[in-house]
Amino acid sequence: MKANAVNLIEQEWILPGNRTCPGCALSLAYRHILKALEGQCIVTVPASCATVLHGMYPITAVNVPCVNTPFASTGASATGLVAGLKALGKKGITVLAFAGDGGTHDIGIQSLSGAAERQMDFIYICYDNEGYMNTGNQRSGSTPLGAVSGTTPVLGKQQYQKDMTAIMEAHGIPYVATCSASYPLDLYEKVKKARTIEGTRFLHVHTPCPPGWLFPFSDTIKIGEMAVETGLVVLYEIEDGIFRLTSHSESMARRGGNLQPVREYFISQGRFKTITEEQIDELQDWVNARWKQCLHRATNL
Amino acid sequence: MAIQRKANIHILDGNQAAAIAAMMSRVQVIAAYPITPQTPLTEQLSQYVEEGELQAEYVAVESEHSAMAVCTSASLVGARTFTATSSHGLAYMHEMLHWAAGARLPIVLACVNRAIGAPWNVLNDQQDSISQRDTGWIQIYCRNNQEILDTIIQAYRIAEQVFVPVMVCYDGYILSHTEMPVDVPTQEEVDKYLPHYKPHTVLDPAKPKNYNLVTLANPRVGVDGKLCHGYMELRYLLQEALQNSKEVIVKAGKEFNQVFGRDYANVFWEDRNEDAEITIVAMGSLAMEAIVAADMLREQGIKVGVLGLRVFRPFPKSEVVQALRKSKLIVVFDKNISYGSEGATCSEIKSALYGTYINAAVRNFIVGLGGRDVKARELVEATKKAIASLKETVVNPDYPEWICEI
Repeated sequence: MKANAVNLIEQEWILPGNRTCPGCALSLAYRHILKALEGQCIVTVPASCATVLHGMYPITAVNVPCVNTPFASTGASATGLVAGLKALGKKGITVLAFAGDGGTHDIGIQSLSGAAERQMDFIYICYDNEGYMNTGNQRSGSTPLGAVSGTTPVLGKQQYQKDMTAIMEAHGIPYVATCSASYPLDLYEKVKKARTIEGTRFLHVHTPCPPGWLFPFSDTIKIGEMAVETGLVVLYEIEDGIFRLTSHSESMARRGGNLQPVREYFISQGRFKTITEEQIDELQDWVNARWKQCLHRATNL
Repeated sequence: MAIQRKANIHILDGNQAAAIAAMMSRVQVIAAYPITPQTPLTEQLSQYVEEGELQAEYVAVESEHSAMAVCTSASLVGARTFTATSSHGLAYMHEMLHWAAGARLPIVLACVNRAIGAPWNVLNDQQDSISQRDTGWIQIYCRNNQEILDTIIQAYRIAEQVFVPVMVCYDGYILSHTEMPVDVPTQEEVDKYLPHYKPHTVLDPAKPKNYNLVTLANPRVGVDGKLCHGYMELRYLLQEALQNSKEVIVKAGKEFNQVFGRDYANVFWEDRNEDAEITIVAMGSLAMEAIVAADMLREQGIKVGVLGLRVFRPFPKSEVVQALRKSKLIVVFDKNISYGSEGATCSEIKSALYGTYINAAVRNFIVGLGGRDVKARELVEATKKAIASLKETVVNPDYPEWICEI
């Protein structure tokens, strides 16, 4: 049975009141991830916004066991949890690594890559708010072209985002998927599926960040939806090499494959205040080309 | 009371002795990255695991930073963990060493002492472990391969009582790649000595806990109204644990004797110190060389004793003072240097003596860096030079002398 707003598990593992900013997409995504795992998990979290969400000793907002681990070590920490549980013969517990884009694309890529190459049995979820938001918005390997940040303050970022999901796919792991906090049921279904698969599973979740991206707190869901509607974020999963479009990306493909122009997305956020017409055109071409590839790869249309 | 037991002598190098000790300690998770001169130890352990001789998870990590991260997290689900490294590997692990001690996880690490670059050098000195002295780990140094085997087994007994990780240090090549007779205990003896690991915290969905959360400087009230420690109180508890660990180390050493017939009741080794006017201080295998030097000096009628440091953290201040109470001159040989100051063990000795009634002169020599051979003859010459210097002044020089060609 497909998840919907009525049959979604009622129990909450993120308790009411946590330290994330108003309109935080990470908080929303995490809520559905923990529902999909039914709390039967041990989480490892590196330095990130998720550390803030988890709270300050002796109070936590999260009702699952969690170890906080240094920034670069998430993949290794998850490995340690898996190895320890295996050595002790403890079964039925999913190990979840939950890291931001800085901790995944940049400082944590080594330990993640090592763990994926070893096919360690855990789910790694990167919630991507496209910058070092916990330290007040500096550029990361996932900050988009043209975005202003604390370390790209005048010109905006001059490079494209790193395609982390493609990098993880290249590790030959059994399951990779892209998700968006604005499509929580798709996220929920993917985590549920990932839970049943053995080996390293990687999910990338687009999580709009109102204070970092400079849009109103009330617009989080809308911004996430726009990213999908414009094709800047494509929702898909690759299970044992089989590529499928999912959720709204799948619907758009089925309805003729037309995308909204990317311009709307850029003018909706303060971080793109210095983006040039040339950059928007360049990004539109890039989005069109990637969308074409996705349509070509999709096996479920 | 030493027990009567049949010796089971094997000819082993230091790395083999360490691998056997880890296996007999029934480690459950091993995570290590190969680095000279530790490499044969990791190879040996992976062989034990692949052959099924050791029931453990061997994780061939992609870096030392990850090796320690695997150990910290595996320890938090309740597994006994082991890792080993040297030199740059230990330096790369630095952040995680702090993390392991701060999280109070009883991990045991074998540090096969090697020089640090630049320039590249794969040979022995103790700069690597000394550079990690302030990470909150217990540090114990070995003089020979028997001590490597015995100390690793003791290390689990110590670490799992005080919840402080233990670094067992032994000299690269001089011990790691040099074969010598080692009495290998039976598994029954080790099992008798080493109880199962009882973790202070186990991550378990049935009883969810968040570990290593952001912790404020001041104590903070929990949801149950109970006042919980602030960051500074947690730091104090780590310091207190290290201070108190000295007793546990001594007790573990005595208990070791009761099972294995080898006594480790002392935090350092002494040789002819009772009537010595001059004491040579050294750490690790250098302490054995110092005994040879003391023999040569004694033949010349100079009353020399040796203090071989074993436990470097916690530093056994009062015991060192007691041992050096009759010395008029203390000659400290260091295989490390705190640049701009002096050798680390020399600083410790001076610090221990300050404010006591002992007013011995202290002379410091830096020796054996990057595998430079240290001959007993050189220790003799240096000691004589130190004696001669007393005619000029008893005041301690600002900086150490180096035994090298400059």
